[in-house]
Amino acid sequence: MDLASSWTHTGAVLTFHRWVTVIGALLLTSVGVFALCLQFGATSVGLGTVARAIMHLVRGGEAETTSLETSEMIMIQIRLPRVLLGFLVGSSLAAVGVTLQALLRNPLADPYVLGVSSGSAVGVSMAMLIGIGSAFMLLPVLPLFGFAGGLLALLLIYRLAQSQGRLPIHSLLLAGVILNAILTAFIMFITSIMEPNRSAGLMAWLMGSLTAPGYPALSVFVLYALLVLAMLMHKAQSLNMLTLGEETAQSLGVETEGIKKQLFALTALLTGAIVSVSGMIGFVGMVVPHAVRLLIGSDHRLLLPASALVGGMFLAVADTIARTIMAPAEIPVGIVTALTGGPFFLYLLLWRKDRMV
Amino acid sequence: MATDRMNIVQFWPSVDGPVIEVDDLSFRYRSMSETGRAWTLDHLSFHVDAGEILGIVGPNGSGKSSLLKVLSGFLPAGEGDVRLGGLSIGKRSRFDVARLVAVVPQEYAQVFPFTVAETVLMGRFPHRTARWWSMGIGDETANDLACAHQSMIDTDVLPLAGRLISDLSGGERQRVMIARALAQEPKILLLDEPTAFLDINHQIDICSLVARLREERRLTVVLVSHDLNVASQYCDRVLMLKEGALCRLGTPDETIRPDVLWMVYGCDVVVDAHPQTGRPRVTMPIGAGRM
Repeated sequence: MDLASSWTHTGAVLTFHRWVTVIGALLLTSVGVFALCLQFGATSVGLGTVARAIMHLVRGGEAETTSLETSEMIMIQIRLPRVLLGFLVGSSLAAVGVTLQALLRNPLADPYVLGVSSGSAVGVSMAMLIGIGSAFMLLPVLPLFGFAGGLLALLLIYRLAQSQGRLPIHSLLLAGVILNAILTAFIMFITSIMEPNRSAGLMAWLMGSLTAPGYPALSVFVLYALLVLAMLMHKAQSLNMLTLGEETAQSLGVETEGIKKQLFALTALLTGAIVSVSGMIGFVGMVVPHAVRLLIGSDHRLLLPASALVGGMFLAVADTIARTIMAPAEIPVGIVTALTGGPFFLYLLLWRKDRMV
Repeated sequence: MATDRMNIVQFWPSVDGPVIEVDDLSFRYRSMSETGRAWTLDHLSFHVDAGEILGIVGPNGSGKSSLLKVLSGFLPAGEGDVRLGGLSIGKRSRFDVARLVAVVPQEYAQVFPFTVAETVLMGRFPHRTARWWSMGIGDETANDLACAHQSMIDTDVLPLAGRLISDLSGGERQRVMIARALAQEPKILLLDEPTAFLDINHQIDICSLVARLREERRLTVVLVSHDLNVASQYCDRVLMLKEGALCRLGTPDETIRPDVLWMVYGCDVVVDAHPQTGRPRVTMPIGAGRM
């Protein structure tokens, strides 16, 4: 250790200590941001009420809901699931963005580039077209349709892109982009033949909306997303190798074909689920990875979890702004993410350029 | 760690025999077999001894880079056999090959900037002791760090450890790539055009580094080069490829000759003796050199 200490502790490589510090700090900030987002809304709620409501929930106070104040009801029934969903969708978008940028070796990649998202969107549009979505049953029908559409798109892209058991990256990207274009045209067609008020609803959904489903569906999504995120995290070291190019990755002992297929499947499964519950919230999946990379470097073992946490905070805050700035009306959260994230990213870029010169 | 070492020793029975044995190797790309075109590599047989530097030269499109990719296991041997340390490369796992063979690619295409130290440490990947719960964080052992450290010292890139690869010059970047290859602790080093895009100063730098590493680490080196003088001055033997077939294999004196070069490249060149080493030196002729 002595002889190596000249460079291991100067930030040149990722150490366990640095990982714990960064992730720990981000986790603490996340908890703070989460609490803040719970307070704001059409009606402001004090921190005390937030705490009491959460305590009720933790104690399994479902039976005593009648004894709760209105503000606590709002907290438990509406705001908490929504902030939770926002945080998790933001995390997932950022994590998928990081993964796809490395897998496709393309800094412009985002979760929506491969067409799986459009597949989900077509699923939801179809459901809305035949009027299923308007009848809310116990099952979250729209997300299920969306997820099915996403799965179909995943299989189709894989069939199109693979050749003789291999999955060439350029084929994957091309197949995804083309399918995306075709499916987008299909969605446009569906909107054009819909009744105006329904198509307005569909457009709003497409722009991205965080309307939390009930707790049973939400907890399924939470478990699902956390599982996929953990599996992505497990591939972080292989992602590092993949960014060097497939040939180099192989010469370093990575089974690239297997890893590529796993990563494509994991990102597609997560994207399909995200789009099914929240539509297409732009910007988070592309810009958060870049911003985090500028600040902490390219090692995916740190970049992936850090981006997930920052993405979660970013979307939770953006959604809080979206539902408070014109209360009681809401603006689509995608507008907020683009208008706040874009300039901030440009600022980061310029700031870094200043420091480099 | 101990078992890892044992594995390598077991799979590496003879240290002084041929390290690489290529036996009647033929290869063609998939798109070519459909159109029935000729072999990219055409029935090659040769071997490389331990501690030897073999240069592969030949015209553009003669199959040099393809041969290197077959030796590294990136491309599968079509027909025939390639044995590393006596065991067929197809029978070795990707991991196993990565512990024996390190590749220094021609160009370092980088999408996202890593630091020099991060890049060199990636060479330890085939030696990592993965713990499934750690997710790769803190997997680097003291031995990994020490090995990366020594590799950076050997290639003079230690002062650059914290810099981003994208901020380095071409020569510095090439040295970092060699450092990463050394961190793999390979038996065999494959270099693809190590001196392309480098000025004369850095060419000397890289070539003498490779020669020195061969001595210090008992490495077996196979390098592909367009530069006949690099092949002549630094290689023990030179393998000449023409249209995928082995045209000539021998010492520089036997291969870097006007008649052989006429046969392989189809042009006249001036070959004289290098004033310091006495090895053949190739220069372009004045005036009409070609038919």
